[in-house]
Amino acid sequence: MNKTIRISTMVVTASLLAATAQADKWSDQFPHIKNTGDVAGECSYESMSKKDYSGQKLTINTHAVPVIGEPTALHAQQFSKLTGAEVNVIHTPAGDLYSKAMIPFQAGQAPYDIVFGFSNFIRDWKQYLQPVPAKYVNMPQMQDVTQSHIDVNSWNGEMIQFPIDGDRHYLKYRKDVIDNPEYQAKYKAETGNELRIPRTWKEYAQMATFFNGWDWDNDGELEYGSAEVMKKDDLMFAAFFSRSVAYAKNPRVPGGYFFDLETMEPLINGPGFVEALTDWVEATKYVPPGGINFGLGDEINSFGGGQTLFSFSWDDAFVAAMQDDSPIKNKVGVAPLPGSDRVWNRSNNSWDMEYNQAPYIVWGWTAAVAKASKKQDMAFDYLCFFANDANHQADIAIGRFGVNPFKKSDFDADIYVERQGWDPVIANQYADTLMEMEEGSTNRVFPLRVPGVFQFNSAIATGTSKALAGQLSPQEALR
Amino acid sequence: MNFKHKYMFLLPGLLVLLGILIFPIGFTVRLSLSSWDSFFPGLDFIGLENYVRLFTDDARFWESFQRLSFLSITTVFLQYILGFSLALMVWKEIVFQRFFRVLFLIPMMTTPVIMTVIWKTVFHESLGPVNDFFSLFGMTPLWLSSEGLSKVTVIIVEVWQWTPFMFLLLLAGLLSLPKEPFLAASIDGAGPIRKFVYVTFPLMAPISIGAIIIRLIEASKIMDTVYVLTSGGPGTSSETSSFYIFIKGLREFQFGYSAALSLTYLIIMIISLTVIAKMLVKLMIRS
Repeated sequence: MNKTIRISTMVVTASLLAATAQADKWSDQFPHIKNTGDVAGECSYESMSKKDYSGQKLTINTHAVPVIGEPTALHAQQFSKLTGAEVNVIHTPAGDLYSKAMIPFQAGQAPYDIVFGFSNFIRDWKQYLQPVPAKYVNMPQMQDVTQSHIDVNSWNGEMIQFPIDGDRHYLKYRKDVIDNPEYQAKYKAETGNELRIPRTWKEYAQMATFFNGWDWDNDGELEYGSAEVMKKDDLMFAAFFSRSVAYAKNPRVPGGYFFDLETMEPLINGPGFVEALTDWVEATKYVPPGGINFGLGDEINSFGGGQTLFSFSWDDAFVAAMQDDSPIKNKVGVAPLPGSDRVWNRSNNSWDMEYNQAPYIVWGWTAAVAKASKKQDMAFDYLCFFANDANHQADIAIGRFGVNPFKKSDFDADIYVERQGWDPVIANQYADTLMEMEEGSTNRVFPLRVPGVFQFNSAIATGTSKALAGQLSPQEALR
Repeated sequence: MNFKHKYMFLLPGLLVLLGILIFPIGFTVRLSLSSWDSFFPGLDFIGLENYVRLFTDDARFWESFQRLSFLSITTVFLQYILGFSLALMVWKEIVFQRFFRVLFLIPMMTTPVIMTVIWKTVFHESLGPVNDFFSLFGMTPLWLSSEGLSKVTVIIVEVWQWTPFMFLLLLAGLLSLPKEPFLAASIDGAGPIRKFVYVTFPLMAPISIGAIIIRLIEASKIMDTVYVLTSGGPGTSSETSSFYIFIKGLREFQFGYSAALSLTYLIIMIISLTVIAKMLVKLMIRS
């Protein structure tokens, strides 16, 4: 499977590079795509320039600048210049994206032609969204999207949302520390264990505790064990699921991770989740001061700024750490989420005492066209243009844009070495880790997409945050 | 004919009143009797189910209300003390009087959300300047992530932001006081403290009560400071009623239930503030 993907990746990469030579006129006008130039396709700059949407107006509700909001506005400006359309971009904070679209949806109004949001909105939004037409689903640009991200954007096999981003949670660590022979010897002497990329959350905790509260990179500042999203109502529920998957996603037990699919009984208070929350409560001892109040932005700044040994969540902290202005560029590594030495088996109500690991393909950014929109053709063209190969290649190189790999061609390490100056070892590690999560594992967990998912996630955030604050025990918190 | 004309003149005002006051309240009452959420939008009728849930199965709302009471009473008390002190300072002729009057008003003129973001940066436990200072003494107070201190931080930010409002009202009150009682007190040989206790404070009592009630009404709606600083955390330790209602309504999309919470909250606030106003009158005027 991997071989096939690598060959197709090479073919796509070759076609991207081949297109560069004939793309000068577009990259001159649009410097954003200077690295690749225009890339031939249904929604390329060349194709869009042949459309005429003069006198028509497109209204888009998207996230605040910069994450997703900035590329939305940039591509709107480009689209407008190419097609003559007037594009009105409205920026909304992340927490309000759902309600700002849902309220007019429920009222039967269509103030927005395109709505941006999280991919797990799909169950609540789908009846108000126009499925992606076959001509876009079948185009070569879409064939490059990984199957898992086709699935994330589809419902019952029908693509409802347009893939523009790909997300998964993985481990980020300080490579210069973990690979340091002096620290390896010191760690071995004091703990009796090897200092290596943590395979389990218990190893993660032990290493994070060891490297907590002292200046291990000799920069005159204290460093800490781990930066994690622990702030209530700031996506902390996703961090909790990342910590839970190894304990609760048993590859031998089919039929649901969040709920038992036979009975729809919630599984959240099972021993696997409780064990994960118990670990997480312990983690409050090795996060930076105030780490219990870290949102995603704090996590990115903390790990990206060199304050912690570990971090895990979306790509952003890693991309921030690998930017040219980062003090730790090429000093960080990535790996799959840690696993566990045991995994709960709800079929026989006991622990299976063997190593388990499960990737978490977390929800990410997506966009869709409102069913009530009267400009659906133009709206789909905009989304297709947003995600065309030239724009996508440029977008994933800019950390603050929030656009992360979701195409097979993204998992080519050379892209990151040549265009972003990454160390080849790290670039390969990054590409391999992401590829393994996308295609390699058979024990993946996808985001919950039940009706009223926000209510569920909000309850998880409240319960787990009470446990982290010491207000409730892990078992009580998940009841 | 004249009778009808009178009503015609009243009609625009009446319609505006209906539109902006009675209709929203009526709609909220109706909404509170429905189960409107993300999955079942619409005004179905479920009777008092939401209210039963609120009174029998929602300890979090009542805990948030207790927290709100503590936060609002504490912040308004501190604002009153500080606001009155500042107003007294610039009431008399002092050097740079105009400058100080404007200076004391600046926090109120800033945007609360923006200033709270700045305060959050200032109080950031590992990256903020406040803890840089405390670290000189070997301390790292957890301003945003300890149960007790997170409430103190909310109080500090609220007091900083809204003391100027209290200052403004009380200064206006001081400037409108008649001069005769002060002259009489001076002739009787009263010093500054006696003048304040027996003349200034009693004369200012009606204005003080008005200012306190206005601030209590505003403080009881505290939401943006909590939202930005702590998101109600850690756990639920700084969650207030309005923030909780916001979560239920616009995060979890339980419109019916959040309408029931809002109405209950409104009724409790009307009763509480009426009682507080009567108590203040008794305490500050009649005594």
